[in-house]
Amino acid sequence: MSDVPPEKAAAHWAKTRSLMWTCLTIWFLASFVVHFFVATLNKVVILGFPVGFYMAGQGSLIIFVVLIFWYANRQNAIDEEFGVAED
Amino acid sequence: MIKGDFISNLGRIYGFYTGGFIAFVLLLAVLEQMGVPNRIIGYLFVFLTIAVYAVIGILARTAQVSEYYVAGRRVPALYNGMATASDWMSGASFVGMAGSLYILGYDGLAFVLGWTGGYVLVAVLLAPYLRKFGAFTVPDFLAVRFGGNPARVVGIIVLFCCSFTYVTAQIYATGIIASRFLGLQFEVAVFVGLIGILLCSMLGGMRAVTWTQVAQYIILIIAYLIPVVWLSAKITGVPIPQIMYGGILEKITAIEKTIGITKAHIQPFTDYNMLNYFALILCLMLGTASLPHILMRYFTTPSVRDARISVGWSLLFIFLLYFTAPSYAAFAKYEVLTNVVGQQISSLPGWVKAWGQVGLVTVTDLNKDGILQWAELKINTDVIVLATPEIAGLPYVVAGLVAAGGLAAALSTADGLLLAIANALSHDVYYKMVDPQADAKRRLIVARILLIIVAIFAAWLASTKPSDILSMVAWAFSLAASGLFPALVLGVWWKRATTPGAVLGMIAGFGVCLYYLIGTRYYGMPEWFGVKNISAGLFGIPVAFVVTWVVSLLTPAPSKEMMDFVDRIRVPRGGPVMQQD
Repeated sequence: MSDVPPEKAAAHWAKTRSLMWTCLTIWFLASFVVHFFVATLNKVVILGFPVGFYMAGQGSLIIFVVLIFWYANRQNAIDEEFGVAED
Repeated sequence: MIKGDFISNLGRIYGFYTGGFIAFVLLLAVLEQMGVPNRIIGYLFVFLTIAVYAVIGILARTAQVSEYYVAGRRVPALYNGMATASDWMSGASFVGMAGSLYILGYDGLAFVLGWTGGYVLVAVLLAPYLRKFGAFTVPDFLAVRFGGNPARVVGIIVLFCCSFTYVTAQIYATGIIASRFLGLQFEVAVFVGLIGILLCSMLGGMRAVTWTQVAQYIILIIAYLIPVVWLSAKITGVPIPQIMYGGILEKITAIEKTIGITKAHIQPFTDYNMLNYFALILCLMLGTASLPHILMRYFTTPSVRDARISVGWSLLFIFLLYFTAPSYAAFAKYEVLTNVVGQQISSLPGWVKAWGQVGLVTVTDLNKDGILQWAELKINTDVIVLATPEIAGLPYVVAGLVAAGGLAAALSTADGLLLAIANALSHDVYYKMVDPQADAKRRLIVARILLIIVAIFAAWLASTKPSDILSMVAWAFSLAASGLFPALVLGVWWKRATTPGAVLGMIAGFGVCLYYLIGTRYYGMPEWFGVKNISAGLFGIPVAFVVTWVVSLLTPAPSKEMMDFVDRIRVPRGGPVMQQD
């Protein structure tokens, strides 16, 4: 909106973008990279779960849920820091 | 006024509703003990739950355009999360996924990962920005960001291709579940399902669908958890299947070794090679983040902040089902390995015989020794969830509950898809392209008529049991990801993306994906790099990104107004960019 000065908007967007890359990196690790090592991870067994299997069936999912809530809080804090949060 | 009361009392209303539903299940359990036949119990479950959805659908009727399209943008984040979860989890997720995991073992977890991880992309890349924009539909956003009707039309075509096959499959699933538990003819059962869907969505649009989807989520999650929690308590003594199936996996592996099953449950990359496994995860995730019936749910929250947190709630509620599915598969496999395989074929457990009679379990004594071997047993994917109540030794009332849950899952997804299609036709095609002068009353009449036409057409198609359409559902994710994901994401994150870039990118990505799907399925085209056609998006998505990027750089930069527009959707402050009545 017109009430957000351009330099403030640019700084807000720079910080938003770096949060986005952080989130996508974690997403990429949990979605692909971890499962690349499934055979190695499966050699470790906790509570009966081979760890590689556990990560695909449960571990990565927990990371996704926590990541979204963390992201929502971080992004809200960024919005407030630059005074562009909703009223 | 009344609505304000309704929203502020949501906790109490759905609390009473949940309590009432549990009381209803207990009442049916008592009736069963008193000798009421199973068939009557099944009827009561199906008709009373549909009646409840219909009552909510009728109470939530509306004559306001913004209520009809986006539920007045008043749905609190938590409830929108529940509604999204039941919108998302289809009849197939509820009934079939555990069975797929039973058959595929580790490789099936690609579906569990793919259908959850996409929500990270929804939260971070799209939902808050689309909410800030303030559109009624996804094609609406494409049209404003990418200069008008060409982008809108391409968006509608992609939306229609992925949503229509999907909704047909959902109506088919309601027909299967209703016919199995009511003993109705399949074609009749499809139309019972159709009535259930129309009663929920027709009068109140998004508003009615939202509040029935919340009600449907509560039923489906209760119905999904009870049988496997019980089975876990019975087998391991602890009613937390999601933790206890670790020990069961260990036992399964040991038994597999002794009886010489070469494809172990926990063994990775047996059905899918590594390339296909990761390609499938990628396509399902990007598809999740592009499916219009999911994205439009985040148009209904009161604010951008709520849209973000609502994605978190959505995934938490979805997670409850998806992290339980692998435990269903493990417990069922353990049961089969210990109490079915190796037994005399003449004295197999009751559930094997019962599901054998309807053709979902087949036992063939290949070596004629009278004893069942692992290779002699074939189980349909639907059986795992449907038979677990019997395996756990639960009364019939729980089987009825599971049927009600499966029905809730299929109906809620059908509602959401139908609304996405009908809204694109009524808002984007009729109002924005055919008759922009139409008043609110006329627009809502057109919206409802189109909804009914699409619903009846899909139900008719489902009643013909079109095997081609049903197997195409898996394509929806690749098609949506190739056709929509790059345009939506670059529309928000790259100001330099131009109209020709986006339109050509969508056409190219969607076109490549469709070419690969049809070529490999119908014309015997060889697979590229051995990629199965369910992951066709692996080719379509990069093509769409590259074409959008190259063409955008070759064409003049978007106007100053467009750059300002993108700036406005990037900051939460200041209300929706696009004001609609």
